[in-house]
Amino acid sequence: MPVNLDELLQGKPVFINVGVRAFGDSLREAGHEVIYLDWSPPAGGDPRLAAILDDLL
Amino acid sequence: MSLRERINAANEEALRRIVAADPVLVDVAPASEVIPGLRDRMILHSGPPVAWDRMCGAQRGAAIGMCLFEGWANDPAEAERLLNSGEIAQEPNHHHATVGPMAGTITRNMWVWVVENRAFGNRAFCRQVESFQQFGDYSAEALAALAKWRDIWGPALGAAVRKMGGLPLKPLVARALHMGDEMHNRVVASSSLFANAVAPVLVDCGLPKEQVLSTLYYTGNHPFLFLGLSMAAAKASMDPARGVEASTVVTAMARNGTEFGIQVSGLEGEWFTAPAPRVHGLLLPGWKEEDAGLDMGDSAITETVGWGGFAIGGAPGILAFTGGTAEQALAYSRDMRTISVGTSPDYLLPALNFEGTAVGIDIRKVVQTNTVPVIDTAIAHREPGHGIIGGGIVRPPLECFSRALARFSEKYQG
Amino acid sequence: MLRKTVVRKNRYLDSVFLMRVARRIAAQPGIQDASALMATEANRKVLLGMGYGEDGRDAEFAAAGANDLVLAIEGEATAVAAIAADLDTWLSMASGASTEPAQEPRSIAEAVARRPDCSMAVISVPGEHAAREARAALKEGLHVFLFSSNVSVEDERSLKLEARDRGLLVMGPDCGTAFIGGAGIGFANAVRRGPIGIVGPSGTGLQEFSSLVHQAGSGISNGIGTGSRDLSDAIGGISTLMGIDALEADPATKAIAVLSKPPGKKTTARLLDRLRLCSKPVILCLLGAEPGSIEIPNPGSTSKGPGHLWPTATIDEAVCLALGTAGVSEPEQLRPDPASMRAQAAAILGELRPEQRHIRGLFAGGTLCYQTQTSFLGSGLIAHSNAPIHGMLQLPDPWESRENTFVDLGAGLFVEGRPHPMIDASLRKKRLEQEGADPTVAVILLDFILGAISSENPVGDLLETIRTAQASAERRGGHLCVVASVCGTDGDSQNLQAQVRALTEIGVLVFPSNAQAAAFCREAMTLLAERKEVG
Repeated sequence: MPVNLDELLQGKPVFINVGVRAFGDSLREAGHEVIYLDWSPPAGGDPRLAAILDDLL
Repeated sequence: MSLRERINAANEEALRRIVAADPVLVDVAPASEVIPGLRDRMILHSGPPVAWDRMCGAQRGAAIGMCLFEGWANDPAEAERLLNSGEIAQEPNHHHATVGPMAGTITRNMWVWVVENRAFGNRAFCRQVESFQQFGDYSAEALAALAKWRDIWGPALGAAVRKMGGLPLKPLVARALHMGDEMHNRVVASSSLFANAVAPVLVDCGLPKEQVLSTLYYTGNHPFLFLGLSMAAAKASMDPARGVEASTVVTAMARNGTEFGIQVSGLEGEWFTAPAPRVHGLLLPGWKEEDAGLDMGDSAITETVGWGGFAIGGAPGILAFTGGTAEQALAYSRDMRTISVGTSPDYLLPALNFEGTAVGIDIRKVVQTNTVPVIDTAIAHREPGHGIIGGGIVRPPLECFSRALARFSEKYQG
Repeated sequence: MLRKTVVRKNRYLDSVFLMRVARRIAAQPGIQDASALMATEANRKVLLGMGYGEDGRDAEFAAAGANDLVLAIEGEATAVAAIAADLDTWLSMASGASTEPAQEPRSIAEAVARRPDCSMAVISVPGEHAAREARAALKEGLHVFLFSSNVSVEDERSLKLEARDRGLLVMGPDCGTAFIGGAGIGFANAVRRGPIGIVGPSGTGLQEFSSLVHQAGSGISNGIGTGSRDLSDAIGGISTLMGIDALEADPATKAIAVLSKPPGKKTTARLLDRLRLCSKPVILCLLGAEPGSIEIPNPGSTSKGPGHLWPTATIDEAVCLALGTAGVSEPEQLRPDPASMRAQAAAILGELRPEQRHIRGLFAGGTLCYQTQTSFLGSGLIAHSNAPIHGMLQLPDPWESRENTFVDLGAGLFVEGRPHPMIDASLRKKRLEQEGADPTVAVILLDFILGAISSENPVGDLLETIRTAQASAERRGGHLCVVASVCGTDGDSQNLQAQVRALTEIGVLVFPSNAQAAAFCREAMTLLAERKEVG
């Protein structure tokens, strides 16, 4: 269920970290919940395939 | 309906067909009598199509072996000349509803397991699994094992299976997965279950005592016996999922030691290939890394249906292949859900709290996450003339899936 | 009461697993008893003994064998029928414990599937992939903090429009800092929560503002980053306006500060219209705006109610106004005395050699570079910059300073394929060496930015280089005036006090904010210019 913006500001956000781990680490150290993504460039970094996936997945 | 919705519906249909499969071993018979389109002077081989001049050493060795086995040539040199001349047709097993381990070579007089998918009525075939000729060894000893299978074990098992009225494989496989098998490199439990099931009937078939004893000894002591059955069962289970319009589910993964190839349900008839990868694994005593050939065999049909590497978390006996930790093996099996359409309601892994194995590899998810299937496999020598030299883990090249996706887009969006 | 058997041909499940299934079924309302077994000869006898399929009328059961699974249920007809109709669900139910996959999820969709309660994606992937991930996050109903830069204007616009349609906030691209629901995201400093909300495009502006608020004893309710282009006419302030709406609705927020570079013309009008209608006090801090370019009606009204909008030109003033409207007394340190600054500057200028005429500002924080230029322009002092505000001069070669120069070392050119200068000081170090070797340089202005993912010792990274520069100026018979501000709080891991002390110990003039450091430099450079004219 999406959290609306008002709820977001007044509640306790739960984060998904996509990319540089330090962003997630600093949130986690401050006591916030973080789910890390094991991110790598989609489609092996091929933008043409990534665009196809945008339509198909 | 958007294309995305069509794909999702098509993949659900493909999954439904795979999961509904009911593979039953119905016969063991000469390839010439059962495999559609298998002509005289034709060798079926593993993997995607490959011309003789690009064939890897092991597959060439196996082909030479088949020429000798069939009596088309009297010695290896003559066999090689014959193969060079192009007089012997060579086609992929997968084009004939068939699979073969490693080099996978099948000719008319090779006996094959006949598995019928009773939910759909289709049949699939796989040859005997052994440790020599299928790896490219064409020595007299290697060929003698093929002859015994043709003359003694194959006919005996065929008689027993027919007398049994067929042996359902689905419950046998489900049970073996609970006993530490993953149906590709670990088939000890299933081989034993099969040997137990067939033994009393074999004794009761009215065959000569020598033949019965030899066959009982063969089935009771062959740790890879069931691989041929699990491959045929997997192939019989996967084939009805072929040709589902707009489905992105993988229907075959196969390697010929030169190229790795996949086939996709909504792109029926096409192969998407890339150079065969190296297998990371363990070698038998006396062999070195540089001796190893590249990835080979149709046995990845077991992974395609959700066994093998997809179930390796339940196979503690081959932990050494995955780096030795149970966590890594379980992680592989869990990770495969990331790229699959669903899970099996029948093939459950106790080590994963009885959750089902991942089924229905979706090329979209593979490309999206850069996560390719996990395959555990055996290793052949790079040169002709040797038996098995090791085993390990191999991951298909992402390019196979990328190419399939690009082609899919061309066909359905273009 | 009904006894029923259901057979699944060729279905094998482990007997212990089946016992669990049977127990769960037996616990259902209306069910008396349940057994789940493989239909071996022995098991069939057991079931027959229990009265199942006894008269052989049940053909399916009679035909079942060892490879078939049989479920035998006894209970009320409707309950039995319901279980029998849904047998596969009962058989496919894994044992209670969930198996959280050991591997981290590979896609946002997968992460959300595992944790449906997550609410915000923090995205810092390379720019060419950023829009795609942001789109995936929005599709999953997540708000987005987008640190990545090099996202096209078209992508930014489409992302923000899509987000707005879904009621979601996109902070960024190029967003360094935010405070959301008590979480400091990105480079955020350790700032307590409090009554002041802020909306701003830039990381360092938000950091400076929030750190000063914290140092004054107050705190931040929520801090919304918008990305540097949000207020351009191409984007139209979508995130800024959503942020203002949200802060207005946020009960914890008593006053709202809006921090920005000059907005686009159309967007300015839209922004001012919105701010005028705000039911909470608003402080609008526009850095680098042409003087008089933005007319704010009814400025500085102290009356409560809509329309009380204060314009300011420095972050410090914005902090003072925000604290005032929120009922917190203004800290004295943010009200510098120009006369004493001038005196301090005069004393130092006495030690310079005649050829020392220029200032070089090397900034890690882009907003602080902007604020410094605004300060200088206000006194009619012209400088070059790689990111000039209106009225300043474009530096022809960003790698080479000339005359008075302010360099934003966090600008795109400098961070392509390199970490931001707040994280890795090596580029600024090299530039500082370059400036230190230039005999025409009189003043060097630096900013040091502490915070969550900044360098562990921002001052320490440059200390030796500063010393070397000072020493070479002295060898030339002059003196190098090094001026700095340190942005951070007592809660930051880098230790604000120690960072300041390390600078003052080697003679660096440290001011409590960039605005004041800039004001001091402005006084010094004004004096230098006057002296030159006299000379």
